[in-house]
Amino acid sequence: MLANFGKYLLFIQSLLARGEAPKIIFNRTIDEAILIGINSILIVAIVSTFIGAVTCVQISYNLTNALIPRSTIGFMVREMTLLELAPTITSIVLAGKVGSNIAGGLGTMKITEQVDALEVMGINSASYLVLPKIMAAVMVFPMLVILAMFLSIGGGFVAGALSGEITPQEYISGIRGDFVPYNILFALIKSVVFAFLISSISSYQGYKTDGGALEVGEASTKAVTNSVIAVLVADFVLAQLLL
Amino acid sequence: MIEIHNIHKSFGGKKVLDGVSGVFETGKTNLLLGASGTGKSVLLKCIVGLIKPDIGSVTFDGTYYTNNKLDIRQEIRRKIGMLFQGSALFDSMNVEENVEFPLKMLTNMSKSERMDRVNFCLSRVGLENANHKMPSEISGGMKKRVGIARAIAPNCTYLFCDEPNSGLDPQTAITIDELIKEITEEYNITTIIVTHDMNSVIEIGDKIMFLYKGKKLWEGNNVEIMDTDIKELNDFIFANRLMRDAKKVEDERAEEEDRVEEERKGETR
Repeated sequence: MLANFGKYLLFIQSLLARGEAPKIIFNRTIDEAILIGINSILIVAIVSTFIGAVTCVQISYNLTNALIPRSTIGFMVREMTLLELAPTITSIVLAGKVGSNIAGGLGTMKITEQVDALEVMGINSASYLVLPKIMAAVMVFPMLVILAMFLSIGGGFVAGALSGEITPQEYISGIRGDFVPYNILFALIKSVVFAFLISSISSYQGYKTDGGALEVGEASTKAVTNSVIAVLVADFVLAQLLL
Repeated sequence: MIEIHNIHKSFGGKKVLDGVSGVFETGKTNLLLGASGTGKSVLLKCIVGLIKPDIGSVTFDGTYYTNNKLDIRQEIRRKIGMLFQGSALFDSMNVEENVEFPLKMLTNMSKSERMDRVNFCLSRVGLENANHKMPSEISGGMKKRVGIARAIAPNCTYLFCDEPNSGLDPQTAITIDELIKEITEEYNITTIIVTHDMNSVIEIGDKIMFLYKGKKLWEGNNVEIMDTDIKELNDFIFANRLMRDAKKVEDERAEEEDRVEEERKGETR
């Protein structure tokens, strides 16, 4: 495991060792950002809306004490969304979608000698293929997390109103109360770290693929599982350090 | 001219190349010949720099390559064109973009200059109307042609081909062989081809290096190879002939069966 971690660090170093022209990297980053961003909006929207809705309904179910105001439901949905649900759940969902896509794509390029073709041309394949993916993920993940925040809180609002558990006025009052702007910054920092971990780990798994179709499948699976574990560990570490 | 000196390479304790030396001449098609598993592709990758040899050196026109400074290696790599066994075309790009790619990355040509060069290279390999086709839409032989066009697009000085005939029918294989030979002579480049196909040896083998169990066993041209007294090489040639004859018999039998079937159908009608 330690040897693998060392190889991962060397891989990260190789991305910057002899980079391609900034213009090429920039253009590829924009292409990758569009791919990662556009293709992920729907799944992020569905997951975050329903998680907000479920959170609202479950808090309402547990909040039976008549002395606690109903607006607390809105407050709790907001806090849970900003601190944990939007950045972490979105990242875990994206680890499955984006991570497997990156590992599968790079793995296929590796086994069909497309990576070798780049190397023979004198192009740093790691820098050309991987660096834009990481930069695009770091750029796009915070945007998706912000989208998830809005939709999750909106999902809670709709669920609360439709189920009659909380009036719209109470919910809005709850989400506006005791707001700490730092929590948004914290969520965005987390999303950047998670984006780096997911894209780099998945790229590493894809890039070191050797063999055939079976190995590409294995690389995709490892990319998702390792990314999810890394996200959860980083989540704990960041919470300890930044809160 | 490419010179290799005393190349050794092992993988996990298994020796794949054992002190291979030789010279590959400019303007000639140099063949690395041998059965599967004799280290031909590994030697080619050692020469190109995709694999680092354990011991030994490679020199491109007098410039030391193997462990030289990165910028010198990069400079040499930019003169290298390579045709891979599976063609290695970029899946996400169409034919035109594949051929344009090295020009975009390695030269300062304008878009119109690049397109002129792309169209010239594609017409040179006989693919005038395939610009917008995706790699998944073209045949194996066409992929090889696109691979050659991509390799020669940036005016390469050295052309490497890893089993250019693999997976092709005999007629297409001969066409690809002839195309590589023509390009080698036309542009006076140094070409090294990995093959185990005796047809290629006879058709285009200006200079042949026979590898056996990681060692160079014989060197010569396509005329001398028929008079060799090296047992391993003769066995290899014999096995190739046997395969070819067997295939010929098989093809004739299939043709005969088809003919009989056609006649039978005619009588039934």
